[in-house]
Amino acid sequence: MNALERTLINGLQGGFPICERPYLAVAERLGLTEEAVIEGLRGLLDQGILSRFGPLYHAERMGGALSLAALAVPEADFERVVAEVNAFPEVAHNYARDHALNMWFVLATEKPERKAEVIAGIEAATGLKVHDMPKLAEYYVGLRLEV
Amino acid sequence: MQDRDAIDEIDRQIIRATQAGLPLTPRPYAAIAEQLGLSADVVMARLRAMQERGVIRRIGAVPNHYKLGYRANGMTVWDVPDEAIDALGARVGALDAVSHCYHRPRHRPDWPYNLFAMVHGRTREEVERETARIAALLGEANRGHAVLYSTRILKKTGLRIGD
Repeated sequence: MNALERTLINGLQGGFPICERPYLAVAERLGLTEEAVIEGLRGLLDQGILSRFGPLYHAERMGGALSLAALAVPEADFERVVAEVNAFPEVAHNYARDHALNMWFVLATEKPERKAEVIAGIEAATGLKVHDMPKLAEYYVGLRLEV
Repeated sequence: MQDRDAIDEIDRQIIRATQAGLPLTPRPYAAIAEQLGLSADVVMARLRAMQERGVIRRIGAVPNHYKLGYRANGMTVWDVPDEAIDALGARVGALDAVSHCYHRPRHRPDWPYNLFAMVHGRTREEVERETARIAALLGEANRGHAVLYSTRILKKTGLRIGD
């Protein structure tokens, strides 16, 4: 990673302005040109160093539901279950983890009542019990990664 | 959840148009506005209002932890007394290496844990050091814990609202 890319990652994790030419405003703050900021971001996205650039939405505040759910998947069925779970557009993230509950995914639904339908759908498709673990309280969300 | 009117149809259109990312052009908000048949001022005002209401947590870069060398991603989970969890969660969440900290329900007997703290490190040793720090902070309130490392990303699309 070059110096420009480092500057962009460290300087753009939050606080991107809402104004007519926001990349120019950021460029001035970071001592860069507007084009360098735009092309730099494009490169970081193309390389997958950034998974996204834009607004990060808060599902519950939008009126929807967000939950973390876990499955205990028999190893022999793992790939089949991955495909079945990921086929639901409401599954936003999905991770394999080293535990008896070995598949953990985030469900994000636009309407709260849809969550139960998706869980029932996943249980029907996989034949496995979904352990639903919605957030009861949030103590902290955020992380700055310095590179 | 409490307020179903938190966003309206115009907000929804703007969310749909930006949830995959902002356009990489000099006037990104004008580009969204043009796509939706709105004015740039409306799009910007809506985004500002959503930010104030917390519908938008932040606008910016979402780094891929793995690609930045943070390959050890440990979900640390703790069984602590329910009556003490709010105070304990606030202290655990304040640690630098913790990116998310939540109270979630137990699922006994499979899952006795109620406090979740996500820890990112470059190595498992780093995550284990942070886990030991959390254990020390919790002291006797820690009735059991586990660290679940992610071994594979199976899907990562972020939040999507449908059409």
